[in-house]
Amino acid sequence: MKYLKTLAALLAVSLLSFAQAGDRITVAAAADLKFALDEVAASFRQTHPGDEVIIAYGSSGKAMAQIQQGAPFDLFFSADIAFPRELVKAGLAAGDVKPYAIGRLVIWSLNLDAAHMTLSSLADPRIQRIAIANPKHAPYGQRAEEALKATGMWPKIESRLVYGENISQTAQFAMTGNAQVGLIALSLVLNPEMKGKGSYSVIPQNLHQPLEQGYVLLKNGANKPLARQFATYMSSAQARAIMVKYGFTLPGEAKK
Amino acid sequence: MFLTQEDVQALILTARLAGTTTAILLLVGTPVAWWLARTKSWVKGPLASIVALPLVLPPSVLGFYLLLALGPQGPVGRLTQWLEISALPFSFWGLVLASAFYSTPFMIQPLQAAFEGIGERPLEVAATLGAGPWDRFFTVALPLARRGFLTAGVLTFAHTVGEFGVVLMIGGNLPGATRVASVQIYDYVDAMQYAQAHHLALVLVGLSFLVLLVLYTRRSVSAWSKV
Repeated sequence: MKYLKTLAALLAVSLLSFAQAGDRITVAAAADLKFALDEVAASFRQTHPGDEVIIAYGSSGKAMAQIQQGAPFDLFFSADIAFPRELVKAGLAAGDVKPYAIGRLVIWSLNLDAAHMTLSSLADPRIQRIAIANPKHAPYGQRAEEALKATGMWPKIESRLVYGENISQTAQFAMTGNAQVGLIALSLVLNPEMKGKGSYSVIPQNLHQPLEQGYVLLKNGANKPLARQFATYMSSAQARAIMVKYGFTLPGEAKK
Repeated sequence: MFLTQEDVQALILTARLAGTTTAILLLVGTPVAWWLARTKSWVKGPLASIVALPLVLPPSVLGFYLLLALGPQGPVGRLTQWLEISALPFSFWGLVLASAFYSTPFMIQPLQAAFEGIGERPLEVAATLGAGPWDRFFTVALPLARRGFLTAGVLTFAHTVGEFGVVLMIGGNLPGATRVASVQIYDYVDAMQYAQAHHLALVLVGLSFLVLLVLYTRRSVSAWSKV
């Protein structure tokens, strides 16, 4: 009997926690935004106490597939602007696609001196494993493949590549040292967990198509003011400053 | 064609991985199951719990620790470097190691149950007839537990075919080495190639059903023959 009472009390508490005062939105976001968008959301919450922004990170391709199958996301921040554009065409969006950032690809290594590496350095036989995101569906993987092909390195190192499911898993392969080198997102390298560890150099942007990222308001969020407010907040000075801190180039600003 | 060449490669790799894992676990798991079935030591409880851990732990826990252990700073990574053999992460043998951990209960638990089912009596009779411990194990216990071996083998094989999370975490998605069928399907879904995903997924559904059908039909037939 005692246990039953405790159980009932626990259930009541967990149910109560769902009933809260503010609004709540759910955002699907590309894995390269993990730290940047968390910080933007934290800054947004300061002006919206009581409201909740829940962010699910993963590969843009997977989020896209989930949205097409009716996943209840209000906003979609993709690493490839082509995905939200397709959603607009399919009639699943409730607004226009807005570019919010341009991502950068870097060569990162835990133990080797990556600060002085270029893609040609990857021919070094000491580098047995090179991690890239899966080019079949991850935007950062596609750009990595383009850059490796543009420099003629692809045939030389293809046998040494390992593929991460998304860009943060790719970073994980390199961070644990299981891959000596990773071609990963600058935004992940600049996060507090990785800062000070390893070394990196930025891959020249002319070697691949730009990593133009875009977001769109989805049908599910059409009637939620909080979703629109969060979208608008992305172009605020505070949000832009955070994005720049994480190495993103902003739309409308001169490229390096 | 219904399946692409890559799909066939993934299926063959899956079968190789499941077969190798089952063979290794048969060798390692049999003595452990035998010991667990017959011991009265206090170690039995803790050891049986360790054996059952993969049933309850999420694959991400095993994947995380393997990623650290196999890496250049980890104990296994240091050992492979010292032995100057090739590194385990992102390799077929790395997956075999992971699968052996992950499928352990599926081998040991049915075997243990089968050994326990034999009871003391046949072994005691064999002993009075002059059979030594090895003789008793190979000529009395093994034949009596053969149905347990079938169950354990089939379940271990099938469970390894069904493995996904650990492979995704330490595999690195290499064709012919670590890209097993489950990962290939996941990639198809991510790339929105649903037709390809269907083809390979249907093959897995069919094959898995057949394997289990053989197991459960044999079980019920032998149950009937006892009546």
